Amino acid sequence: MSLNLQPNIPDPDGFYQELIDSQRDMTDAQAQMMNCKLVLVLANHIGDREVLRAALEVAGGRIGPA
Amino acid sequence: MLQTYSYPKFAYRQSAEQKEGRVARHPVVVIGAGPIGLTAALDFGRRGIATVVLDDNDTVSIGSRAVCYAKRPLEIWDRLGCAAPMVAKGVSWKVGKVFFENDLRYTFDLLPEADHRMPAMINLQQYYLEEYMIAACAELATVDLRWKHKVISLRQEPDHVVLTVETPDGVFTMEADWVVACDGANSDTRKMVGAEFTGRFFQDRFLIADVVMKADFPTERWFWFDPPFHRNQSTLLHKQSDDVWRIDFQLGWDADPEEEKKPEKVIPRLKAMLGETTEFELEWVSIYQFACRRIDDFRHGRVLFAGDAAHQVSPFGARGANTGVQDIDNLGWKLKLVMDGAAPEALIDTYNEERAFAADDNLLQSTRSTDFITPKSEMSRRFRNAVLELAADHAFARPLVNSGRLSTPTPYVRSSLNTPDEDIFAGGMVPGTNCADAPIAVAGESGWLLHHLGDGFTVMTFGSVPAKTVAAGAISAKVLSVGDDLVDTKGRVAERYDGRPGTTYLIRPDQHVAARWRSFDAAKIARAVARACVA
Repeated sequence: MSLNLQPNIPDPDGFYQELIDSQRDMTDAQAQMMNCKLVLVLANHIGDREVLRAALEVAGGRIGPA
Repeated sequence: MLQTYSYPKFAYRQSAEQKEGRVARHPVVVIGAGPIGLTAALDFGRRGIATVVLDDNDTVSIGSRAVCYAKRPLEIWDRLGCAAPMVAKGVSWKVGKVFFENDLRYTFDLLPEADHRMPAMINLQQYYLEEYMIAACAELATVDLRWKHKVISLRQEPDHVVLTVETPDGVFTMEADWVVACDGANSDTRKMVGAEFTGRFFQDRFLIADVVMKADFPTERWFWFDPPFHRNQSTLLHKQSDDVWRIDFQLGWDADPEEEKKPEKVIPRLKAMLGETTEFELEWVSIYQFACRRIDDFRHGRVLFAGDAAHQVSPFGARGANTGVQDIDNLGWKLKLVMDGAAPEALIDTYNEERAFAADDNLLQSTRSTDFITPKSEMSRRFRNAVLELAADHAFARPLVNSGRLSTPTPYVRSSLNTPDEDIFAGGMVPGTNCADAPIAVAGESGWLLHHLGDGFTVMTFGSVPAKTVAAGAISAKVLSVGDDLVDTKGRVAERYDGRPGTTYLIRPDQHVAARWRSFDAAKIARAVARACVA
């Protein structure tokens, strides 16, 4: 399995709203903690180290040090 | 401060060579009589090597220091005849608990497999450990322990080392075919040979306190992340013998070591943790900071490095002394074969190959634990805390909790001394792995498998074979038949070694698997012995 970077979420606007709503009443610190937990929960669900490594590269690739 | 232990003072004696003003050549000189140097003395001495040990002090470890000893080092000390008092005096444990803030988040069990002679882990103050090893050294005519002997300089010649040594009677010169430096993380010997000692330093400080108290904490390892009594830092509690408890407090980089060591600073921290009403006395306090680093090469000419002199790890996981003992386990038989002319000097280079491999594994484990315990950024702290919060309710997060991965041996899976498998085997006894123990019986007397391995090369074979030994060059490997020479009383030998009739293992003198086959073939065994000796 390789990392799927094609649209894969049904009802994307609905999902995005759900994501933002889930943190609407949180402080930044709480939301950051939730984000960390979310990363861990999703990473465990994926499990595949190759896919996770590819995701880390996609997510961090243009942000990290040049 | 209270003293549950009275430190012995070992008599300095002027050596005959110093008194007579002659330069003597010794087969091996060990520098440092800590746990690793003493293990070296016992291992070399029992292999028949006349061993001189030099130590600049005249007592055992001040303070409890290393504390945790794992199964493999205990097995090595058992081979060297000194494990029984350690296990008897030490505190065996197997359960660890991890707390975050106010709550228990995770419990682990080292789950020791049944039917091993040695426990998974014991806690014992380092001074007891050293005392027992010093007593064992006294039983060996081959070991010459010299207190108040400080090496002040060292010169390498092509086939020996010249040491300048200072004693209360002045300075004298001695020579050694080989020097084994076990003089700790701040090794002067390492500086004398100009070795590199590089790695990562951690900007953090820890307070360790030995506390005497009658407490009803269970015999478990308790680790707190960010507890209410010590906010934003970690704390570790371990039980030792004599009602002495080891408590580690993470202090952070800004802490002033001299200030933090004062009882008026330490006691309030302990009261916050133990409660105002718990009665305790402080026995020993120390502040440390740590690094994860290793020497560039374990061999510098005729000087070999072992223990903290060769590698320094963070204390989480008890990988310091435990790894050092395994360095010596690896070195002793190689040195003996080379000294006897039974193997070429190149065998000594495999000491670096195998133990640097193990050191790198330990450094990796230790660095990972340290990154979890002392996060280096705000975001990594958040991830760490997220793992700890999730661990209470969700099994998936528990393997991510890292309060120190406890020391286990690193198999030499890539060693050039191994003969690769040509047959199919199940289980973990792959070439390069230390042999698993198992209960056995010999002539109706119950005993343990490891007691029959380690005296030279051993060919362990399941069933009867016509040979009693297999010759390979100058080396003769003893045949040990499971069935004829010993009885596999509980079937554990067959289970752990995937043994069937004909299955044959070649086992090194350090109780590691060198090769294995599904049938006994003397020619193949002889080739594998030669390979394991670089012959």
